[in-house]
Amino acid sequence: MGERFIEGWIFLAGLLAIIVLLGIIFILLREGLPIFTHTPPWEFLFGTRWYPVSDPPTFGIAPFFVATLMITLISTIIAVPVGVACAAYLSEVAPPKVSETVKPVIEILAGIPSVMMGFIGLALLSPFVQSLFHLNTGLCGLTAAIMLSLMSLPIIVSVSEDALHAVPKEFKEASYALGATKWETIWHVCIPSALSGIAAAVMLGVGRAIGETMTVLMVAGGALAVPVSPTDPMTTMTSAIASGIGNAVRGGLQYQALFAIGLILFILTLAVNIIAERVLERQKRKFPR
Amino acid sequence: MFQFIKKWLLPLVLILVLAFVFAGCSTNSTPTATTPTTTTPTTTAPALSGSFKIIGSNTVTPLSSVWAENFMKANPKVGIAVSGPGSGVGIAALIDSTTDICQSSRLITQSEIDQAKAKGVNPYEIKVATDALSVVVNLANPVSELTIAQLSAIYTNKITNWKEIGGNDAPIVVISRDTNSGTHVFFKEHVVQMAGLPTADKTLEYGNKVLMLPSTEEGVSQAASNPNAIFYAGLGYVNDTVKTIAVKKTANDPAVKPSVTTALDGTYPISRPLLYYTNAAPTGIIKAYIDYCLSPEGQQVVLEAGFVPLAK
Repeated sequence: MGERFIEGWIFLAGLLAIIVLLGIIFILLREGLPIFTHTPPWEFLFGTRWYPVSDPPTFGIAPFFVATLMITLISTIIAVPVGVACAAYLSEVAPPKVSETVKPVIEILAGIPSVMMGFIGLALLSPFVQSLFHLNTGLCGLTAAIMLSLMSLPIIVSVSEDALHAVPKEFKEASYALGATKWETIWHVCIPSALSGIAAAVMLGVGRAIGETMTVLMVAGGALAVPVSPTDPMTTMTSAIASGIGNAVRGGLQYQALFAIGLILFILTLAVNIIAERVLERQKRKFPR
Repeated sequence: MFQFIKKWLLPLVLILVLAFVFAGCSTNSTPTATTPTTTTPTTTAPALSGSFKIIGSNTVTPLSSVWAENFMKANPKVGIAVSGPGSGVGIAALIDSTTDICQSSRLITQSEIDQAKAKGVNPYEIKVATDALSVVVNLANPVSELTIAQLSAIYTNKITNWKEIGGNDAPIVVISRDTNSGTHVFFKEHVVQMAGLPTADKTLEYGNKVLMLPSTEEGVSQAASNPNAIFYAGLGYVNDTVKTIAVKKTANDPAVKPSVTTALDGTYPISRPLLYYTNAAPTGIIKAYIDYCLSPEGQQVVLEAGFVPLAK
C-alpha cells in the first residue's frame, strides 16, 4: 500500500513537470503567434527598429538577436578556457584535499543571485572596462559578457570536472608508462577522452548565458541599435522582455511581440539543451561508471 | 555538482516549503484585514482599516512612499504597498485591475482609456503634485544651458559631441529611462518631439544609440560618474552629485533652472503634473488617503520630497 502510494506520488510529480512544460509552450504559442499577423515573421526577425510605445508601433528584434548572440559568444570564449583549465587542475593536478574544498566553493558561485552580479558589474566592472578600453560608457556588451562568463563558469567547471574524473585510470597510467609528462597526459589523453563531456559542459554554460536577464539588463547599456562592436551598449532578447513586459497590456501588440521574443528564446535554449543532452549521453556511453 | 545538489536537496525543499507556508499565511491575513472589524464595535469615530496598492511611476514613488508611511502612522490598521516600476506598468495594472491606485508621471492615452473601458475600468484622474523634469549632467561638464531643440537633437543622436553645443570635445553619452517609464514618454513628447513648439515633429524618436536604463537611480548615478553623460529625471531625484541644466524654450527665451519656484510660476518649460488614477472616483480608505495627499500637510510632504506642490 505504502509502496504504491509513493509510486503514484512520484509518477504525479513527474507528470506535473511535463504538464507545466507543455503549458508554457502552449501559452508562448498562443500569446506570441498573433503578432505575426501585424508584423510578418521576416520583418519581426530582421527589422532593426523597435519602438513598441510609438504610434504606430514597430517591432524588429534584430538588435536584440545580434546582442544575445554576441554576448553569449564572448562570454563562452572567456569562460571555456578558464573553466576547462580549472577543471583539469581540480581533477588531475590538485591534491584531493584542495579539490574537495575548491569544488563546492566554485559551485556556491553558481548560487549568487544574478541581481548581485549585476550590481557588482555596475559598481566595479563597468568603470574598469570603461577606462581600460577608453570607452564613452562602461555599460556595454563586453561588461555583460564578462559578468555572464563568471556566472557560467561554475557549471562549466563542475560538469567538465565530472567528465575528466570519469576518464579511466588505465588511460592515464598507460600514458605515464610511455614516459609522458603530466601536462602531456592532460592535453593528449584526458581532455580528448572527456571531450564530449566538456562539450556538454560548454553547452550548459551557453544555455545559462543566453537565458540570463537581470545582470544583462543592469550592465549591457540598453541601446536599441544593432551592435557592431562588443563595446557598444546593447539590449539582449531577455532584457528587452524584462524591460517591456511591465507596461504591456495583456493581449496588446507589445505583449504579443514580447511573447514572440520569448518563443524564439525558448527555441534557442531548447536547441542548446538538446544538443548538450545528446553529447552528455554519448559521454556516458563511452565510459559507463 | 549533482552530488552536491543531492546532499542539499532535502533541507532546501524543507526551507522552500516553510517559505511557502509563511507566504501563504501572510496572503491569507490580508483579506481578514480588509474586512471591517465587526467583532469589536467601536462607538467612537470609526478607525480606518484595510489595505490597498499603489503601482506605477518611478518618479512618484518617493512621494507616495512618504505619504503612505505618514498615512499608515496615523491609521495603524491601514496597509499600503507602493511600488514604482514605471507609469506604463501602473496604467497596465490599472487596466488589468491588479492595482487600486496607479501613480503616473504622464497622462493616460486615449488608446489606454479605450482598453480600460473594454475591460470595465473607468480611469479617474487626480492631480497630486507637479514636477519639473530636470536635465542633469556631470558636475565637471562646462555646458550649463540648452534649448529644447538642442536636447531633441541630442536625444535623436543628431548632435553627438559636446563641442557642438559649447562643451568639451567629447562624445555625448545619452541616457534615458526604458519604455516602462512615464518620464520616457513625457520626455519623448515634450522634448524629443518638441510638442507645443513651432519646430514640433511627431515622427521623431529616441536615437538608437541612446542607453535605456531600468531605473532613475541608475541613470543619476551614471550621470554623476560619467563626465560625458546626460540624463533626465524628476526634480525629486536630483541631488548635488549632478548638475542641472538650465533649459530654454527657444533660443530667444531666457534659460531657466528647474526648481519649485520656476515650476510653480510656469517659467520652467518642461514641468508636468504627477497623477493618481483610480477605477472610478475613489471611495472609502482610498478617498481618505487621497484627501490626505491633497491636504496642506500632504502638500508639505511634496515640497520636502523635492517636488512642487499644486498651485492653490
